[in-house]
Amino acid sequence: MNAPVKIETTLKDWETDQEVRWCPGCGDYAILKAVQRTLPVLGADPKNTVFISGIGCSSRFPYYVESYGFHTIHGRAPAVATGVKLANPELDVWIVTGDGDGMSIGGNHTMHILRRNLNCQILLFNNEIYGLTKGQASPTSRLGTRSPTTPAGSYDRPAKACAFAIGAGARFVARGFDVSKKLPEVLEAAYRHQGAAFVEIFQNCIVYNKDVFDGFAAPKGAEDHQLWLEDGQPMLFANGTKGITLDHNTLQLAIVDVVDGDWQSAGVIVHNVRNRSIAHMLVEIPFPEFPKALGVLYDDPRPSFEGEVMDEKARMSEGKEPNLAALLGKGQSWTVDDEQGHPAE
Amino acid sequence: MATLAKPPLSEKPEAVVVRFAGDSGDGMQLTGGQFTLSSALSGNDFATFPDFPAEIRAPQGTLFGVSAFQINFGATDIDTAGDAPDVLVAMNPAALKTNLPALKPGGLVIVDEGEFGKRNLDKAKYDTNPLDDDTLAKYDVLRLDISARTIEAVKPYGLGNKDALRSKNMWTLGLALWMFDRDRTPIHDWLKAKFKGKPEIAAANIAALDAGHAYGETAELAGPLRQVHVDPVPTAPGLYRTLTGAEGIALGLVAGCRLLRLPMFFGGYPITPASAILHHLVRMKEFNVTTFQAEDEIAAICAAIGASYAGSLGITSSSGPGIALKTEAIGLGIMTELPLVIVNSQRGGPSTGLPTKTEQSDLYQAVYGRNGDAPMPVIAARSPADAFDCAIEACRIAVQYMTPVMLLTDGYIANAAEPWRVPDPEAFERMPAEFLEEANGPDGQLLPFKRDAKGARPWIKPGTPGLMHRIGGIEKAVDTGHIDYSPANHQAMTDARKNKIEGIRVRDQQVSVGTKGGKLAVVGWGSTYGPIHQAVTRARRGGLDASHIHLRHIWPLPANLGELLGSYDKVLVPEMNTGQLKTLLRDQYLIDAQPLTKTSGQPFQIAELEAAIATYFDGVPGNAGGNIVPPNDQQLPSTES
Repeated sequence: MNAPVKIETTLKDWETDQEVRWCPGCGDYAILKAVQRTLPVLGADPKNTVFISGIGCSSRFPYYVESYGFHTIHGRAPAVATGVKLANPELDVWIVTGDGDGMSIGGNHTMHILRRNLNCQILLFNNEIYGLTKGQASPTSRLGTRSPTTPAGSYDRPAKACAFAIGAGARFVARGFDVSKKLPEVLEAAYRHQGAAFVEIFQNCIVYNKDVFDGFAAPKGAEDHQLWLEDGQPMLFANGTKGITLDHNTLQLAIVDVVDGDWQSAGVIVHNVRNRSIAHMLVEIPFPEFPKALGVLYDDPRPSFEGEVMDEKARMSEGKEPNLAALLGKGQSWTVDDEQGHPAE
Repeated sequence: MATLAKPPLSEKPEAVVVRFAGDSGDGMQLTGGQFTLSSALSGNDFATFPDFPAEIRAPQGTLFGVSAFQINFGATDIDTAGDAPDVLVAMNPAALKTNLPALKPGGLVIVDEGEFGKRNLDKAKYDTNPLDDDTLAKYDVLRLDISARTIEAVKPYGLGNKDALRSKNMWTLGLALWMFDRDRTPIHDWLKAKFKGKPEIAAANIAALDAGHAYGETAELAGPLRQVHVDPVPTAPGLYRTLTGAEGIALGLVAGCRLLRLPMFFGGYPITPASAILHHLVRMKEFNVTTFQAEDEIAAICAAIGASYAGSLGITSSSGPGIALKTEAIGLGIMTELPLVIVNSQRGGPSTGLPTKTEQSDLYQAVYGRNGDAPMPVIAARSPADAFDCAIEACRIAVQYMTPVMLLTDGYIANAAEPWRVPDPEAFERMPAEFLEEANGPDGQLLPFKRDAKGARPWIKPGTPGLMHRIGGIEKAVDTGHIDYSPANHQAMTDARKNKIEGIRVRDQQVSVGTKGGKLAVVGWGSTYGPIHQAVTRARRGGLDASHIHLRHIWPLPANLGELLGSYDKVLVPEMNTGQLKTLLRDQYLIDAQPLTKTSGQPFQIAELEAAIATYFDGVPGNAGGNIVPPNDQQLPSTES
């Protein structure tokens, strides 16, 4: 269980006395507030909460949350988190990473924490740029992104964080964005999921990659560009006038018009968070041809890694006394019982 | 090449060196392991040297596919696996070709002539059959068709030729057991246990073993084959066992964590020759050991750091190239001042280098190899038994000083076995770790980087009420641990980290052989202990004023070492690298330490060290020494192909 006992806290209890050092207007401020707003809702206990980060703007996050925190090295937060959780499975572990940290230098660890399914929340702040090193193109930068290292525009194809996550075996994949009012709901769902919960949070880097998410994140036209997914609900957007259906000929998702709210006859799919096939399609649909799929895309728990490790340890220890003297004397042993060195029979 | 002037094997020799060599599929390591057990049960002291190729199943019959196991066993104290074998068992032409140069002149070579067909001779690049020309002229030779005799022996068990030939090594072991007057019962028992589910295979192997033994009994004719008896070595009474370095490390780490009352977290990634430590620890989970096979070397150490942060003792293990990958994370451990043990089973380098061969070339990496001023204690084990004690010491220092500690061992120690008198854990000093439970500053303020008298910060586990705080790799303010880049603070924290490590209390350096002060100090570290010990002992017996000093603590160095080294006219530093400890000693003490180096992937031989020591005395016993200028930077050639 994530939180055996619900603790009463307020947003203020989760603020540290440290001065926040992000650029004024950075999307990280909104994410920090969303997290600090969510933690009391979860009944999280500050003493049992650990925020672990790598390197980058996003990774300063732990310094601003009044809990235990570990600002580690570039890309390695999932590995450190694995050790923390295996040493004490009672702790609530949150990993904060970015597109460079989690998808580039630390991509390997992101893959393995997901396939192992360590019970933790992984918040990947995706601003599609290297912010802290002054604006180089990142693995999620769109083709043609101009930056100090790609003055003529980037030409390496961007990685899709959620597609990567589900491909790596994630059992929970969700999306939100920094200033979204629905972000706390997404965070809450991630926390409730037992296992590795991967949340991609689009984050506006106002200095080096300003407003690249405006296409769907801007309030104007949001209803047309955001597809908020809810378990058991039809995949509708544009105020219910459009929906997502499955094109049975191409086995791909397609947009259909919904007339008079009759989404059933339009063939709109009802979202099922346990449907892995649909999740694979949702993480791949292109924007702006489709609206951006947001919310909980996939949520189908499996036994967690630390649980398996503890179970195995218990099984292998069963009926065995931790007797150090016996352990040291085990194996190819013999007893010498006289000074001539003759072994005893 | 230096050779030992020993008489041929007598009926009651003080010590015997036997080398089993064959194809990597011939089971030579298994044969050697069981012969070792038999030596132990006969009360001999021993040391072993397994020498095998990096390839798991190299093409059959090739020179690079030869796997060898050497054992030196005796009625006196044995420190090394022996310079030159008295007996060489060669299971095929390739094994003969690669191992013959090591054999003592007049030594006995036992060959399986059934394997000396044209095909195998070609693979071993022999133009003519060495059994028929004068290749073996200066040795005693015993030609046996071991293959045919094995097939004959296991015939009743209905195995095909291919399966039958798998028992060749047992036939050979049977012959060796007869030759050294050994009891077969323990090997019978071992075979029955090993092939519990396959009684016919067990029976076939036992039949092969017995046939080899019977051959010796009946064929004790005129000729090279005769029985030799090696007396037991006088030994203190007690429980003994064979111990490899990997076992010594694993057991020492378990003992260290028990004494500290800490759960162990071990993060590892497969790498030769370090993997064996993880293999041992996964089977010790009842001692509150959690093991984690990580996705890479970096994750292995980072998980260990995470576990230490959460209140376990984090341990990771690797070999040179893997340690290189872990380096950034070691810096994080130093910066956040968390306990951590890093075991480096050194191998030949650089890069992939010689994965299965031994070298001591990671000393610079251990002491100096990090970005920034990143001091870290370094301990080096000299033998499998010493590895046990060193592992406990590494755990102690890591926890008491809140620091990563590197424990150096090498491929030779990791795989070699020696008898070990099993210690009584009740006699070990208990040293329970302490965690901070309440705020340690004025007015209930928490100061995560407030230091104790030793310079160590408190260990604070997540989950402790009221002590929430943040740590990280960014420079932290004195006491509070808040981010702080200010000049005075970085100076203060750099000094604090340095002073803490340099202030670690380690035992004063003792002289292993000889006296404080004199003509020549031979200073070693790690697995060269055995050959240096023997070489200096022999030199002293020959009247040369040489002493042996062997370092366990590479960093910080023992407080008395400068003065001790200054008490000799000359300092000679034999190392299996190009002179790394030599550099450290020159740097720390401004002494004229002279290197004696060897990087052939093979351990030092006693004789070559004796010869090097003698150059300081013009080779003349009683020579005052010091007048001879020995060659600078002596680099020993490989004595084996």
